[in-house]
Amino acid sequence: MPARISRQDVAHVARLALLDLDDDELDRATEQLGAVLDHVADIEALDLEGVPPTAHPLPLRNVFRADVVGLVLDRDEVLAAAPSAEDGRFRVPAVLGEEP
Amino acid sequence: MSAGDARAIAAAVRSGARSARDVVEEHLARIAARDGELHAFTTVTGDRALAAADAVDRKVAEGIDPGPLAGVPVALKDNLCTRGVPTTCSSRILEGWVPPYDATVVTRLAAAGAIAVGKTNLDEFAMGSSTENSAFGPTRNPHDPSRVPGGSSGGSAAAVAAGFAPLALGSDTGGSIRQPAALCGVVGLKPTYGRVSRYGLVAFASSLDQVGPFGATVADTALAYDVIAGVDPLDATSIPDPVSATSAVLGEGVAGLRVGVIAELVGDRMGIAPDVLRATRRAADVLATAGATVEEVSVPSCVYGLSAYYVIAPAEASSNLARFDGVRFGMRVDAPTTLEMQRATRTAGFGPEVKRRIMLGTYALSAGYYDAYYGKALRVRTLLLREFAEAYERFDVLLSPTSPTTAFPFGAKTADPLTMYLNDVCTIPSNLTGHPALSVPFGVGDDGLPVGVQLLGPALAETTLFRAAAVLEAGR
Repeated sequence: MPARISRQDVAHVARLALLDLDDDELDRATEQLGAVLDHVADIEALDLEGVPPTAHPLPLRNVFRADVVGLVLDRDEVLAAAPSAEDGRFRVPAVLGEEP
Repeated sequence: MSAGDARAIAAAVRSGARSARDVVEEHLARIAARDGELHAFTTVTGDRALAAADAVDRKVAEGIDPGPLAGVPVALKDNLCTRGVPTTCSSRILEGWVPPYDATVVTRLAAAGAIAVGKTNLDEFAMGSSTENSAFGPTRNPHDPSRVPGGSSGGSAAAVAAGFAPLALGSDTGGSIRQPAALCGVVGLKPTYGRVSRYGLVAFASSLDQVGPFGATVADTALAYDVIAGVDPLDATSIPDPVSATSAVLGEGVAGLRVGVIAELVGDRMGIAPDVLRATRRAADVLATAGATVEEVSVPSCVYGLSAYYVIAPAEASSNLARFDGVRFGMRVDAPTTLEMQRATRTAGFGPEVKRRIMLGTYALSAGYYDAYYGKALRVRTLLLREFAEAYERFDVLLSPTSPTTAFPFGAKTADPLTMYLNDVCTIPSNLTGHPALSVPFGVGDDGLPVGVQLLGPALAETTLFRAAAVLEAGR
């Protein structure tokens, strides 16, 4: 049986998730994710034809409130908890000229 | 071992028979004496606790009732936001972060007179069943320090079992309250999804997460539940239905109650240990002797809950944990560009299990695999809801083991992630359906360690669960 997830797939997924893996970590992750996906494949034994998906246990609907200022966080307190801030904003390194 | 009795403490403090300061000092002394060994806490907030205790005592002196939990020490899982107190989720990536707000449950406990004594250890971001995934080292089981306390809320369960606090809060996404409650010999409830506000709970899997209480006794746990339950305008998924006090009905017994034992979870297919199965059957006998009718009931898709969960929970986690990127909170690894900084921060800040689940979830949601994994898992969730709805036409509550085994030794299940995941087989279905479930201690296993049994009910059936749990507590 072919592996459910290839080393290349894992590398791609890690890239999407903004995680760097070294060669050893990539090998281990490929094996471990493969084992979990093998187990998850037991679902394939079920007849799910015509069964609708459930994304959430509650019948969710929009909840509205009056358009008045309620509880708001203090800006300085929020920024104080950030790694870097300047002029009332979060500060980050350069964003232009990067690969997308 | 546990000296906790929240009801007695609150009664004594409210009447002025005992000061809240005295209560808090006693519990802080216990923490100081033994938490070096057990490591239930990531942060102990002694000075704040004493100041809060003094405020409670001043109210009593002025003739103002401080509330139903007056002077009762509580331990808070460290994924509940506490204003001015670090909230780490037991992860390096949140190192240094101090939340600018309190979780609603934290506010509610304080308003009821409870005193927060500290933040408790967990598996990083609540992902695990043993606290071995904490970036700050594991918590030890107070009953046998060579064994795990369970997880992910292992610190909260251990804190109650060790008598550090009579009450604690945890979060339960796939069993993270009930399984450690079972392994530490305390009571733990996962309420109905939406019954308790999630505002200020750091999100793991938003359609599964629920905050709930731990207590040394059923009555204490009910008291805490009564305080934290109810609608919250800050959580759009909280349920508006009024809450009826569970504490009031605890003594009503189970005469006429219809109890179904989940056949799939007491069979030989799911790897449940013989001593745990024996305890579960004995619990069924106790309920029958107390006047309940007890029968087996089949919920066939239970068997597939684990697989559905290990697609859905990582999928939601991969999205929720995208926010930890070195920009707004916690640590940052400096790099020349933002993208490099984010990658370096996440790579250094997350532990191996969190990375595994993020990758698993990212994969399950990625183009080409979405229908095969995530889409199917959501359909299994529908099957489970249908089968439980059918079961609850015939039964008021269901009974099963909480955890397949008693507390296991450190390292026993860390080599292979899947082995650890199998711990959650009995607890996961209630998260997928959103229904309430409770673990209550019921005897000990062959190794002398606590066994928990699980009571499950339909949405908003917490009162019934507490009534049945009280009968099991008295009959164990």
